[in-house]
This record gives sequence, structure tokens and C-alpha cells, in this order.
Amino acid sequence: MNLKQDKVMDLTTAVSTYVKDGCHLSIGGFTINRNPMAAVYEIIRQKIKNIHLYAHSNGQGVDELIGGACVSHLEIAYGGNGKFASTCIRFRKAVEQNLIHVEDYTNYQMTLRFLAGAMGIPFLPCRSSLGTDIVNKWGFSEEMRKGSDKLPDAKLTVMDNPFSGWLDTEKVVLVPAIQPDVTIVHVQKADRRGNCRIQGLTFADAEQAKSAKHLIVTCEELCDNEALKTDSDQNQIPFIHVDAVVHVPHGAYPTACYHHYDYDPKYLKAYGQKATDDTTHEAYLEEMVHGCPTHQDLIAKAGPEHIAAIAADPQTGYARNLDRK
Amino acid sequence: MEYTLKEMMTITAAREIKNEDIVFCGTGISMLAAMAAKNINAPESVIFFETGAIDSKLEEIPLAVGDPRVMYHTSANGGLLDSFATMQNAITGKHVVGILGAAQVDRFGNLNSTVIGDYDSPKIRFSGSGGGCDVASFVPRSIIFMQHEKRKFVNKLDYLTSPGYLDGPDGRKNAGLIPGGPEMVITNMGVMRFDDTTKEMYLAACYPGITPQEILEKMEFSVDISRAEEATPPTVEELTLLREKCDHQRLILG
Repeated sequence: MNLKQDKVMDLTTAVSTYVKDGCHLSIGGFTINRNPMAAVYEIIRQKIKNIHLYAHSNGQGVDELIGGACVSHLEIAYGGNGKFASTCIRFRKAVEQNLIHVEDYTNYQMTLRFLAGAMGIPFLPCRSSLGTDIVNKWGFSEEMRKGSDKLPDAKLTVMDNPFSGWLDTEKVVLVPAIQPDVTIVHVQKADRRGNCRIQGLTFADAEQAKSAKHLIVTCEELCDNEALKTDSDQNQIPFIHVDAVVHVPHGAYPTACYHHYDYDPKYLKAYGQKATDDTTHEAYLEEMVHGCPTHQDLIAKAGPEHIAAIAADPQTGYARNLDRK
Repeated sequence: MEYTLKEMMTITAAREIKNEDIVFCGTGISMLAAMAAKNINAPESVIFFETGAIDSKLEEIPLAVGDPRVMYHTSANGGLLDSFATMQNAITGKHVVGILGAAQVDRFGNLNSTVIGDYDSPKIRFSGSGGGCDVASFVPRSIIFMQHEKRKFVNKLDYLTSPGYLDGPDGRKNAGLIPGGPEMVITNMGVMRFDDTTKEMYLAACYPGITPQEILEKMEFSVDISRAEEATPPTVEELTLLREKCDHQRLILG
């Protein structure tokens, strides 16, 4: 636990301090929304390898980390990016070429696993996936599980309801807790100590944040420590969970950040095209990731006009009439 | 009035949604069907998303369930735990209708959205369950969208991601799931439903100009065609509302 009054640092330092080769990492957000993209690109630039990644449905962030050759293991519910990629492209390629080990769960199960990790209990029960291959087929081998002290010995287990028949339930699936070494989330507002305020849907960010040993927060707006103590019912993550606060405007770009900016359909579409081929994907990484030493360089590359086009309308929180074809 | 197959499919699903339904929708045509129902025949139905948004005011069509458009003018913006609780809640859960899609379906309405080929070394990898398996496990009614192709209507799924009736009438009970299961499969050629007793898929309707035989040719397994009727095409009013109120940018309709 880090109780410092000021945890503000630059992104390079935050990533190099907490995200290590072989670490267990989870990232917040959902498909094309509030993925911590600035941090994702920094992880790729720092060439951090063999990450064991946990996500429920992070489209863009997961796909870019896999494409950046940072990931060796993945526990996931959904590797898609809405209309932009019904299956994430680098994810699909990596699985089909046996470059990463995957364990499949459902969204609810992944969320419960983060919650269990946050609560400090070994597992939580659910009624999802009974009778399916989520229960029957396991991705990680028994040796892999036995050989790692960061992994439970089983993917999940089915048991009879110990409260015999209570709530008309005969069987439950127990899913094991996740406690990543580090979680990274991107939020609209954070103060210098790390109190966080998310606008719009929180997805499973709070559960992911609280389950981790270390938490990096990137934020659109950096506030003084007094500011978020008012209306604190709007805060989701208190500072006691936070290790690093990094001020990165447009830090979720090219994914959306509610009430700040929309996702960038042009970027996501162009990424989708470049990611399908290894050569063009390599060129994409060179130009857009390694070629942009900071996230502000990427934003500058997109250009002020383009960034203005995705700016959120103050009433709806997204860019109205944005060309999304 | 001329219409596309996508419009036919969307309206066919929308007609199944009633005023007291709480509609869970995924990306694409499923979202459009929920919006169509709300704008045409079930104005009091409630749309919600697994991401935690409930009763969103959808002025523009979202391109993903995480799209910021689902967050505007909601009754509550929560998180994933909230949405899965809505599906299982003793009061609200009974009203939830799930709309799902997949890469493969079998005769009992089980779905594969994970892999083609061997799970350990797949020929094709898809997105995976997302919230699909959760919805299929939890809710009493669901509607499935599929393209009618032989490789999609299969004898045996390569991976069973989301439960339909599993292996037959007692499948869900034996596995420990709540009753429920899919109500219908809406395709680009017609509508399949599930027999009350056997829980096996049968052909319920063909779109105008399509014969039962043509549909059977697009399936690996055979189904009962004796109950097949001709589907009612979308009306002028339905089409107008769909085009003008739901997807005026034609992002899903194309």
C-alpha cells in the first residue's frame, strides 16, 4: 500500500517500475472504450515480454499488446472489437499460430474472478457455463498450472450447491480469484494521491483495480488532492489502491473516453487493415508505436483537425454525427 | 416496398419483442433488432447491455456494446456485475430476452463462438464467449441470428460456447442450468424454432421466394419442415421506422 500524497510520475517511469517481463497484468476498459492505450503503447515501446494478460473484453488494448509481441499467456472472455473486428486480428493470428496460450472464460466469470481477487477470497460461485466446453475444455496444461505459483491448479470446478437446493440451484461453477501483479486503468479524473473518478460505465475497472498488487492510473484530468473529495460518491477507486498516477490527456485514444472523446473510427479501421498482414503490421508498429516516443506524439500525428472531429459533445458524451463508416 | 434480407431479419426479431421485455443485445444486427422493437412494436421494452448500461437513449447506433453511445441518457450506468445481476435477479431475470449470434449452431440450439477445429490448435479462432455463454445460461428466452450455411448448421459443434438445450429436453436440468433456452433462430432464409417436446430445431417459416428444400440444402442436419409457413415481409411502416429512426446512417443495414 502506498499512502504518499503525491504519486504523480511520467508514463515511462510508471511502466518500467511496475510492468516487468513475465508479470501478470490486467488492463481496464471494454472493446473500443477506455482502454489504457497510452500505457499499452509504452509497454510495447519498452519491449516487455512474456506478459500473462487478464482481460474480460478488452478489444484494442489486448490486440495491440499481442501484436507488439508482449504477451505469452492470455485469460480472456472475448477477443473482439465490435464492428471493427468481430475477432481481434493479432489475437486470432497468435492463437492460430500457437504463439500464445489461451484460457477461455465468460465475461461474468472474469468479472467475478477480479472481484474475488479484490475481496481476498479464493473463488466465487456462478451458474454460468454448466454443460459447456468452457467447463470441459482447458487451455493451460496441468504442468503449466502446477509449475506456476501465480496460477491455481484448476481452471474452474463444478460442485453441488452446499445449501442443498437453496434458490432452486443444484450446481455451481467455482471460478478462481485473480490477483495480477499490476492493473492499469484509464480514468477521466484522478487526484495526485490516486483517487479516481470514472464517468459513464465502469465496466469491471474497479474490481480489476482492487485485485492487483500494484495499480497504475492514467487520467485525462489531474486534479488537486482536495478537488475529488467533494462529491466523492462519484469516485470509484480510493487512493489506497493506487501506486502511480500519470497525466495523459487522450490516454485512451484511439478508444473512447466518455465525455472527453469518441473512439477514432479511421484509426481503428486503418489498424484493422494493417494488422491483417505481418509486413504492414510491422510497418504500423514502426510508424505509430515506436515512431511516437510519447502518446502526445501520436495525438500530434493524428492532427488537431482529426482530434477535434472526435471531441465529445457535452450533452451526449460522444461525437455526434461522427463519420463511422 | 423493396427490402433487404438484413431488414427482413431485423424486423422478424423485433416482432418477437414485447412491451414487458428487457432486451439484452450484442453488437450489430442484434442491437438493431432491439432498437427496431422499441421504435415500432414494443415502445416500453427496455434495452440493456452487458457492459452495465440500462435503458440507453440510442440516438445513434452503437458499434460495440462498449460504445459511448450506450452510456447516454441511461437509467443507470453501472458495470458488468450489474448487468449479469439483472439477468439473474428473481424479479427482472424472468423478463430478459437475449439476442445472440455465433459461428455454429446445432439442432438443440447450442452455439459455438470460440474455435473451428481442435481447441488446442484451432484452424480458426473466434472472439470467444464474451457475455454470450452467461446470457444463454441465465435467461429464459433467447433469439439467435445466423447465416444459413452448411458449415454453420452442424451435427456437432467444434466447441460448445453457449448452452441451448444441450443434449435434449432434459439437458439443461441435468447440467444444473435454469429452464429456458433459445426460442428461435433467424437466418437470411427463414425462421427455425424448437419443438416443445423434443427441443429439436424445426423449420417454422421460409422467407418469400425460398423453399424448405433450399433451406435444408444449407444445413448439415435435417429438420422437420412440415410446419413451415411463409414469413410475413416487413411492412412499409416497419421499414420506414427502421430506416429513419434506428439506422439512418446505415451502419448496420449497409
